[in-house]
Amino acid sequence: MNIMDTINSMLPGFLTADGLAGIADEAAGVVFLIMCAITLIGGVIACNSERLVRAVAGLAVCFVGVAALYYYLNSPFVAMMQILIYVGAVCITIAFAIMLAAPEENKKHGPAGPLSGPLGLIAAGLATIGMIGLALKTDFIAMPKVNMGSVKLIGVELLTTYSMVFELVSIVLLIAIIGSLVIARHGRSK
Amino acid sequence: MSMLNLHNSLTTYLVLAAILFGMGVYGLVTRRTLVGMLIASELILVASSINIMAFNRFTAPDPTIGQIFSLFIMAIAAAEAAIGLSITIAVYRNYKSVDTEDLVDLNG
Repeated sequence: MNIMDTINSMLPGFLTADGLAGIADEAAGVVFLIMCAITLIGGVIACNSERLVRAVAGLAVCFVGVAALYYYLNSPFVAMMQILIYVGAVCITIAFAIMLAAPEENKKHGPAGPLSGPLGLIAAGLATIGMIGLALKTDFIAMPKVNMGSVKLIGVELLTTYSMVFELVSIVLLIAIIGSLVIARHGRSK
Repeated sequence: MSMLNLHNSLTTYLVLAAILFGMGVYGLVTRRTLVGMLIASELILVASSINIMAFNRFTAPDPTIGQIFSLFIMAIAAAEAAIGLSITIAVYRNYKSVDTEDLVDLNG
C-alpha cells in the first residue's frame, strides 16, 4: 500500500480523490444552473424592462451567461470572444446610441394598440414551445470526434482552410465601420 | 438524469436557446423604439449561436468548424450592430425621434 492509499483510507469519504472529483462535478453542475439562471434573467430584463438603459444592462448580463455556456461547451476561446465582442463592443455601442438618440419607451401601446403585448407573447410562446418540443422529441445522432477542437486547431484552420472567409469578414467589418461613419455623419450640420 | 448533470446533454442547450429566441421575438414585436428592437434582435442572434455551438459540441465530428463559424457570426453581428445604430442616429437626426410610430414618411 503506497502513501496515497494510506492518506485516502484515513480521510473521510468525500475527501478522497474520487470523492473530490465527484464534488467538482457537482460544483460544475451547480455553476451551470446558476449561469443558466443568469442568462434567462438577463434575457427577461433585456426584452421587458421599461427603460432602455436597463435593457442594455440586462443584455450584457445575458451575454456573460452565454459566455459561461460556451465554456461548458468546451470552447473557452469562443467564450472569451463572446465577452470581448458582445459585452465589450456591442453593448457599449448600444449604450452610446441610447445616449445620443435618447429613445423613450414611456408610451405603453404600439401601433397595434393594447393587444400587441399579449399577441407578441402568444407568438413568441408558440415558437418557443414548438422548438422545445422538437428538441425534446428528436433523437440527435452523435458522430465520432476526429479531434478535440483546441485553440491551436482553431488558429490553424482559420489561417489555412478558412483564410478566404477570414479576409472577407475583415473587409465586411471595414466596410461596415466606414459605412456607419458615413451614414451617421450625413446631415450633421443640421 | 439528475439536475447536476444537465450540462452534458444537448437538449438543455437547445431548450435554453429556444427560450432566448422566444424572448427576442417577444421584444421585437412589443418594443416601440429602434434601439429596443435592435437589443431584441441581438437576443435572437445569440440564441442561434448557442444552437450552433451545442450541435458542434455534441454531434459534429470536427468541433473546430463550429467554433470558427460562431466567430464569424460574432463578427457579422458586430457589423450589424454598428450599421443599425448609425441608421438609428441618422433617423433621430431627421425625425428627432426613434419611435417606430413616428417614422411614417418615405421621402428622403
